[in-house]
This record gives sequence, structure tokens and C-alpha cells, in this order.
Amino acid sequence: MKMNQAKPLRGSSGMKRRVTIGDVIIILIILILCLSCVLPFIHIAAKSISGNSEVLAKNVTLWPKAITFEAYATIFQDGQLTHSMLYTVLVTVLFTAIGMVITVCAAYPLSRRRLKGRNFISLMILFTLYFYAGLIPEYLLLKDLGLINRMWVLILPLSFSPFNMLIMKSYLQSTIPESLEEAAFLDGASSFQILFRVILPLSKPILATLALFYAVGRWNAYADAKYFITKKALQPIQYLLSNMVLNSGADAISISEGMAVQSTPEVLQAAMVMFATIPIICVYPFIQKHFVKGVMIGAVKG
Amino acid sequence: MKESSSVLARTRSGVITRSLRSALKRDWQLYLLLVLPVAFVLIFKYAAYPGLRIAFMNYKPARGYSGSEYVGLEIFQKIFKDADFLRALKNSLAFNFLDLAIGFPVPIILALMLNELRFRRFKRLSQTVLYLPHFLSWVIIASVAYSLFRPSSGLVNIALMKAGLISEGIPFLTEKFHWAVTYLLMAVWQNMGWGTIIFLAAITGINPELYEAATVDGASRMRKIWHVTLPGIRATAVTLLILNLGRIMGSNYERLASFGNVLVKDYQYQLAIYIYEKGLAGGNFSKATAVGLFQSLLGFVLVLAADRFAKSLGENGLI
Repeated sequence: MKMNQAKPLRGSSGMKRRVTIGDVIIILIILILCLSCVLPFIHIAAKSISGNSEVLAKNVTLWPKAITFEAYATIFQDGQLTHSMLYTVLVTVLFTAIGMVITVCAAYPLSRRRLKGRNFISLMILFTLYFYAGLIPEYLLLKDLGLINRMWVLILPLSFSPFNMLIMKSYLQSTIPESLEEAAFLDGASSFQILFRVILPLSKPILATLALFYAVGRWNAYADAKYFITKKALQPIQYLLSNMVLNSGADAISISEGMAVQSTPEVLQAAMVMFATIPIICVYPFIQKHFVKGVMIGAVKG
Repeated sequence: MKESSSVLARTRSGVITRSLRSALKRDWQLYLLLVLPVAFVLIFKYAAYPGLRIAFMNYKPARGYSGSEYVGLEIFQKIFKDADFLRALKNSLAFNFLDLAIGFPVPIILALMLNELRFRRFKRLSQTVLYLPHFLSWVIIASVAYSLFRPSSGLVNIALMKAGLISEGIPFLTEKFHWAVTYLLMAVWQNMGWGTIIFLAAITGINPELYEAATVDGASRMRKIWHVTLPGIRATAVTLLILNLGRIMGSNYERLASFGNVLVKDYQYQLAIYIYEKGLAGGNFSKATAVGLFQSLLGFVLVLAADRFAKSLGENGLI
């Protein structure tokens, strides 16, 4: 990874240098920050598989007590949550696939300097990134398009991100020399062939990064579900979770509606949080090595 | 004379159409690819702009566009007398400013520390862990906050009480000043790791000879950070700061809603909440659209100004 080249401080004699107090302090601070990222989830995970009475007695910190999987069983028995999970996966997959296709369709042509009118089209696409029509005009538009209370309202309006297009465009311009493409062009390859045989195979890291951004963005967002969907069956998992979290509020304990709850809301809520987080934690390590580069390129512009 | 100039004009326009035609002939596949994104932008973004005219109408949802009358700038005059709007605007600006003031330096400091780490494996592992909160939704972040900071059952309060430091839970989430601190720090926590990426990249770009020269001159570690590393990332920091200033009109509904409760409404009432509650939930479409338009316009002007300013300093702009 590129970042590890930053070793000038280590220098040639650095490796032999003794560990100083400064090193220890830095390590301690970073260790504490890392723990702050990990411990809350261990706590929530422990709570999610602990017995109700132990949680209510505030005995559970980082290690589960009176282990039981009742909360997860409740979630699986309650059809609504498993349905919502599968539904959110479906929405996320469709969203990511459509978003990636459109992003490639925009980024590849707009990264070709010879293309006439590319500045105009770029500007036209980017304008929407910096000038939002606002919630009400968007709502009225989606109503006119007949998308309110439809699954597609979670997929189509946001599936093309001009910001991701910008990242991909910068990547193509900075890593794939135009001469390579020009040579293929002169050899008689069509633009489509160049896209599939040259550009896409060379862009795997950025494609992985952007797919992650799209998928995580969709998985995590729920404001649009609140704005545009009233049917319970069409709401994504994060929205259900937000209802649950807000219902149980800062301290007021109330049982989430329509559920035959055996676990306390706190345990159930912990299980829900795990339920909604685990997919991200599963995908994350595989793509982690790619996205650093993607972000660095994106940072050049945008 | 006249004839020859018109002939000239004709040939010139002929050249232009010919070059256009040859561009189309050569690149029709590229234009074909562009049809999809352009159509998406037109259908889902540009088609919403005409709806902005509601801000100049006394819009009644039941009557639609044609049944509602234009009232000029009346709605805008109304919102600037609306105490709720003024409170939302003030809160938004104050919290966005605080976000920037508190959140901006943290990734820089963290990047400097990560850069000083001499144990590679530990460094890589800690980076992986520190990036993770960036990928979590606001509901999950808020859930984490709830499980840590609830007055009676939050982990932090339990720990403090068991240690005998406090006798009653600290109202991290229910008293407005405590809430403001929690709300701001959770965002710092979420972004601290992610924000280091760009600064670590900038540090990588610093010429190693500068460090060697500093070492020869007998500079200590702190002096090297002060005189070599910090100047090396200044450009990046300035650009980012300016660009973030351009976003000071923003307002994130999910973040506000996840952390919201009745007791902290005084501070939590910001533009996104105003627009949702007055508009979509309250049915006052004209007012909500006017506020949205005000927010978008001002935000747009600020982003453009920030971009100009960054470029005038010789930095990379964003457009």
C-alpha cells in the first residue's frame, strides 16, 4: 500500500532507534481510539446474546452473561424483520448494479478529451450535485412519476451519483493513458470493444471501490424511505431500526409495535443493530485495500 | 463583398457541421453511452427544478399547480419573519460551524500520529479499525450512543456510577448542552479515521530529502513535524477547509432525527427538520420549498465562492 512508503521518519538509522516516550504516548492514544471503535460493538453484541435479567441488572459489559439467542430467534420468527432484511439486500443489489452501469456509461465517454461537448455534459451532470431542488419539488416529481410507495423510489432517483462519476472519471484520466486507447482505436477497435477489453479490466480497483460506496450508501440511507414510503412492507431495515431506536428513545422504554416480544427492548434492539451492521462488517475487509486508492484519487477533485 | 462574406460564412458553418458529423461518426458509441446518464439526470434531477415555482406560489396540495396562485416573494417575506425558521437557520449554522471547528483538526492530528507509528502491522490494523465507523449509518451510530450514554442504562454512566464518580447518570442525550457535545463528538468519532486518508496521502508526497536535511541539521521529531510535515500538508488542509466552508448551509436529516428527542428540540431543530416537519409532514409546501430554495441557492453560491477562492490560492478546486 502506498501509505506505507511514508517512512522517512524511520530513516536509515530509524529502525535502530529505541522506543521513546513519544512513541508510547502515540501508541496509547491510537490504541484508545481503536478501542473506542471496537468496544461499543462488542458491548452491543454481548448484550444481544445475554439473558434479559442480566441486561436489566446492568451486569453485561463486554462479555455476554446467561447466553441465549432468544432475541435473534424473535427476529427470525417475526417475519417483518427477515423480510425487511432480504428486501433491503435486493434493493441494495439493484441499486448498486444500476448505479455502476450508469456511472461507467458517463465516466468513460467524459474522460475522453477528444469528445466534443464533453465539458457541457459534465457541467450539466455536476450541476445537480451542487444545486438540489429540495425535498418538496422532489416529492412532487416522484409523485408525478408514480414512484411514491414503490420499491423503485429507493433505487432509481439516487442510483446515479455524479460524485462517484467524478471519481471514476479522474481515475480513468490519471491511470489509463489516452494513447493506449487511441492506439486500440486506430487498430480498428470500436469504443465499445475498448471499454470492455481495455478500460474495464484496468479499472477493477475503482469499480470495487465505487460498488462499495454505492452499496454502503444504499444500505445505510433511510431518509428517502421515510419521505416517500408509507407501506411497512416496502421499508428498508435501517428505517425499521430507526423507528425502534427512536421509540425506545433516550430512556423511555417502549415495546416496538406489533411484535410479540419476549426479549426486553434493549436486548432486541442490540440484536437488531448487529443484524443491520454485520453485512457491512462482512464485506468491508475484502474491499478495504481498494478503497484507500479510490478515495485518494477522488480527493484530487471533489 | 457581401457575396464573398456569405460564402465564407457558409463554408465556415459547413466546416463546423462537417466536423460535428465526423465527430458523431467516430464517437457515436460514446454518445450512445451518455444517453443513459443524461436521461437519468434529466428525469430525476432537472425535472424537479420546475417544482421550485411553488416557492413563489400559495400552493395548495389539493389544488395543484394550476389551481394555486402566484404571490411573488410573499412566502420569502413570511419565512424571514418565521421564528421557527430563524431558529432552524441559526442552529444549522452554529452546529455546522462547530462541526467544522471541532471535526476538522482531528483527522490531521490523527494522520500525524499514524505517520509517526513505527510498527507497521499495528498501523495497518489500526487504520482498518479506524475507517470502520465511516461505513455505519446514523441509526447505528445513534444506537451506539444510546447504549453508551443512556442516563440509567448506558455503559459509560454505569461504569462511572460503579466507580463512584457520579451518583446520578449524566444526561448525555437528554440535556441540551450535553446533547450538543455528544452529537458533535459522535460525528468526530465517525469521521476521524476516514479523514486521515487524504492527509496520509499528502504526507506520502513530501520529499524525503527534506526530512534527511532536517535530521542532518539535528532537528528533533517535533521540529520535523512542525517544519516539514505540517507545511507539506498545508495545501491539502487549506483546500479541504475552504470546500467544507462551502457546505456550511447543509443539514442532514438522518443524523438529526437519529439523535433527536423532545428534550433537546431547542438545538436539534435545524433546517432539515424544519423542511420535513413544515413541508412533507405539515403540508405547508410553499414554505418548505422556499426554505429549501434559500438553502440550495446560498449553498451553491458558497460552494462556487469557495472553489474560486481555493483556485485563487493556487489549489485544486472542485469544479
